[in-house]
Amino acid sequence: MNLVFYLAAAIAVIATILAITRYNAVHALLYVIVSLLSVALIFFVLGAPFVAALEVIVYAGAIMVLFVFVVMMLNLGPQSIEQERQWFDPRALPGPAFLALILIIELVYIMTQGFAGTVSETIVDPHQVSVALFGPYLIGVELASIMLMSGLVGAYHVGRRHVKHLSADSGD
Amino acid sequence: MATVPIEHGLILAAILFAIGTIGVIVRRNIFFMLLSIEIMLNAAGLAFVSAGSLWGQPDGQIMFIFILTMAAAEVSIGLALIIQLYQRYHTLDVDASSEMRG
Repeated sequence: MNLVFYLAAAIAVIATILAITRYNAVHALLYVIVSLLSVALIFFVLGAPFVAALEVIVYAGAIMVLFVFVVMMLNLGPQSIEQERQWFDPRALPGPAFLALILIIELVYIMTQGFAGTVSETIVDPHQVSVALFGPYLIGVELASIMLMSGLVGAYHVGRRHVKHLSADSGD
Repeated sequence: MATVPIEHGLILAAILFAIGTIGVIVRRNIFFMLLSIEIMLNAAGLAFVSAGSLWGQPDGQIMFIFILTMAAAEVSIGLALIIQLYQRYHTLDVDASSEMRG
């Protein structure tokens, strides 16, 4: 089981290094997603299955999809078709696919070994996490909801389309 | 079956954090800088979760949930800033916005 941890750790480091050295934004996003998936596998091995699921759903799912949306929004124009052809270059595929394949093999290995014997000494299950989250950490949950609300309002305010006379009006 | 030592999880978190820091410093594209900040936040969460698994307490996972929430709020604002920067300067180079006015 140690082998699963070290293999996933190596994949995380390799994928992250490859991610920050890409010139193409979509290729970098692919490698970051592989890195997040391997970190999720590490969470699973460390005995935190709930956080592993959150990592896949929220980080690799929602947040990275936001990045992809922005990449799509920024490249509107006549050159977008050429760019699209460049992004679907099959030569970019083998790297992330190979790393993800190793992760899938590790996951299948864990599943076939059985859940209880594979993780670290103690499994902190979702029940314990939610009891603590809505008990002593309740104020943190409320503050997080306020922060998400302000993030929503701030993103709406900052992301408006730039109006020419806006700076002159706000200067008054 | 032997378990993974806690130091190795923390070392992995430190390596990922260092790679994210290098990404922020080296890249001049604001998109990659935001992506590197996400990598750094994820590394901090990994440190929390591995420390929490050492003690068998749920606190580390709760801190990761808070980091996740903060990353979501931060990335929405950051991507709105990227869109605004691109609309004004038609580039993603951070040096283009080096002057503050209005």
